[in-house]
Amino acid sequence: MFKILIVIGALFLIGFIIWWFLIPRPQKAVTARTDVNHLQNVTVKVDGGYRPSTVVVYQGKPAQITFNRIDPSSCLEQVVFPDWGISEYLPEKKEHPIKIDTSKAGEYQYACGMNMFHGKVIVKKERK
Amino acid sequence: MTITQRFFFSLIAVIPLLINMIGMPFGWMLPGGNWTALVLTTAIMLVSARPFLHSAWAAFKNHQANMDTLVAIGTTTAYLYSLYAMYRHQPVFFESAAFIITFILLGQVLEAKMRKSASSAVEKLLDLQAKDANVWRNGKWQQIPLEQVQIGDLIRVKPGEKVPVDGVITEGSSNLDESMVTGESMPVTKNKGEKVIGATINQSGTFTMQVQKIGNQTLLSQIVQMVKKAQTSRAPIQRTTDQVSHIFVPVVLILAILTFVIWVVIIGETPEKAMMFAVSVVIIACPCALGLATPTALMVGTGRSAKLGVLIKNGEVLEAANNIKTVIFDKTGTITQGKPVVTDVVGSKQQVLEIAGALESDSEHPLASAILAKVKTEGIKISKVNNFTAIAGKGIKASFKGQEALIGNESLFTNKILSSSLKIQLTRLQDEAKTVVLVGYGQQIIGLIAIQDTPKISAVPTISTLKHQGLQTVMLTGDNERVAKAIAQQVGIDWIVANVLPQDKAKVVEEQQKKGPVAFVGDGINDAPALTLANVGIAMGSGTDIAIESGGIVLVKNNLWGVVEAIELSKKTFQRIKLNLFWAFIYNTIGIPIAAGIFAKWGLILSPELAGLAMALSSISVVSSSLLLNRTKLSEEPDFADSSNHKL
Repeated sequence: MFKILIVIGALFLIGFIIWWFLIPRPQKAVTARTDVNHLQNVTVKVDGGYRPSTVVVYQGKPAQITFNRIDPSSCLEQVVFPDWGISEYLPEKKEHPIKIDTSKAGEYQYACGMNMFHGKVIVKKERK
Repeated sequence: MTITQRFFFSLIAVIPLLINMIGMPFGWMLPGGNWTALVLTTAIMLVSARPFLHSAWAAFKNHQANMDTLVAIGTTTAYLYSLYAMYRHQPVFFESAAFIITFILLGQVLEAKMRKSASSAVEKLLDLQAKDANVWRNGKWQQIPLEQVQIGDLIRVKPGEKVPVDGVITEGSSNLDESMVTGESMPVTKNKGEKVIGATINQSGTFTMQVQKIGNQTLLSQIVQMVKKAQTSRAPIQRTTDQVSHIFVPVVLILAILTFVIWVVIIGETPEKAMMFAVSVVIIACPCALGLATPTALMVGTGRSAKLGVLIKNGEVLEAANNIKTVIFDKTGTITQGKPVVTDVVGSKQQVLEIAGALESDSEHPLASAILAKVKTEGIKISKVNNFTAIAGKGIKASFKGQEALIGNESLFTNKILSSSLKIQLTRLQDEAKTVVLVGYGQQIIGLIAIQDTPKISAVPTISTLKHQGLQTVMLTGDNERVAKAIAQQVGIDWIVANVLPQDKAKVVEEQQKKGPVAFVGDGINDAPALTLANVGIAMGSGTDIAIESGGIVLVKNNLWGVVEAIELSKKTFQRIKLNLFWAFIYNTIGIPIAAGIFAKWGLILSPELAGLAMALSSISVVSSSLLLNRTKLSEEPDFADSSNHKL
């Protein structure tokens, strides 16, 4: 009886792990807001990943992502944008803006220092 | 709390537990027994392990799992189980959780230290810049901060001082040590009109320079930007690990559950023993080493090469350079100096050069500048001539000290007799693919001057080293076959492709690519298509104007030996990445089965504490392996000063 319970429990846990972690979930993209100085800004909370993990900025206008690292883990202390050669350390519990290059439209991946957590910046052509 | 503080906190709290563990076989127990262990471990879990728990929970809410998830699950399982066991008066495992946390923090402290030292190379480059400059403002020389220097300013640089920014010498001359920027170890002499690079050191004379580039436009900051980009880039080899990393942690958790089930249900072991195996699996599988393998090696490799004046653009180039079979060199400006120089003077050197110098003193012909340079280095005074006439396509005629003086090619001397000894010399020099001008005075031909675009001193050792490393060498040139052959023979190159029009260089690259991956070495100015098409484009810099955009690898110094260094460093770095990945994978593929207790029958098991130690060691070993790239031996650069009298 005890063994059967263990097997049932294990199967339930495995099923949960697969359902929770491995099934892809679409993430909502958040568009940056433009402030009075025509600077596009979007805040990304760094806590067990990047939230929101996808941000959208418009091409050609100056833009920055303000990272706010709440997560104390050293895993997320570094953020790397390989396309722009940006690699910066994020201070804990402080806002840390990083200017990004919006000259070319496209999708730009970024990640933590060990490439375990991922985020994405979409540079969109502006609608007329 | 910083990682270091968290580590020391858990270290202090873990010491009594360690004493207890060692003392146990001798019948010695910690006062308070399980209660002391409970208090100490709870303190560690609350203080040192809290960030792991926080991050794991935050990641969980995002449907993500990382190494913190593994550490958190492993330690809380051991901790909670021990609480339950204590309640039931069964053996407890508090120390497992405490030891795992301590070891993992130790690993992270060391790893963070080493990573900082790996990334510091670039920042150090920027520290090379001077902080202020002596600028001509308001009618006098003033010391002002570097940020206030503007383009067009005049700056005075004294011996021993650093050149503050990029510019051109307007007055004076000096020897400069450019090694920190270009990697070129020999000091370079710069005269009026020549460009100087910011952050290089003025060794001998005082000079005035006009500022041409400031801020992030200077060569040094361009180099720093490029190295930074390279260090954050990804190598294609990393893609597999990137894909694995997404599913790695959940898969490990499933494996741990299966381990537990198999031990309890199939083998019939007690749940606490099965749980130890499961916890060991979770702890040993932390994918840190895998995540560190590529970026740390890339960072150290590109940083070291930048110090040698070799800029590697990204991880992709590094990987491509590893497979190169053929190196194609452009001739003019790459293998050769790119400007003709006098190689031989036949006849009375003094007289021949005196007349030649006098005749050519006003000419703007490229050959004339070669002759005048030679006259100058020989210390011969340039005299005046009268009745100067330039005969197009033939040469120059004038009267020198009352007699007719001539300089030019053979067609200018049709009515003069060439002595048989001179004739032999003329043929010999022409066979060496040199341009020969004849010098006549009075009724005689008094001598010959041979001029050639000579190979760089670094060409011979570079080509022979590349060949020694098993690479095919090819030279392409727009010159005719005879000239090409002569140069190829001098430098020892395998194959030549002559009569290539500039726009056809890329075609030659394409042709060679049929045999295997190709590196193309050119000056980056008119070779852009060939540089881009080649698997690895190596752009040779010449002082300040480096074409950073055009090549996958840029050599800051105008020294061909950089090609050897570039290929060698790329190979070494790439091999190190492979080695790191291999170790990280092996570590997990061997570690997980051992931790799961597959070899328990033979007495080989891994307790959760040891799993924690092994995991810490694996990341440390990967980072130190990357740092060792700073020390790996490269082919020795030959001393070019000694070979300068080598007959070229």
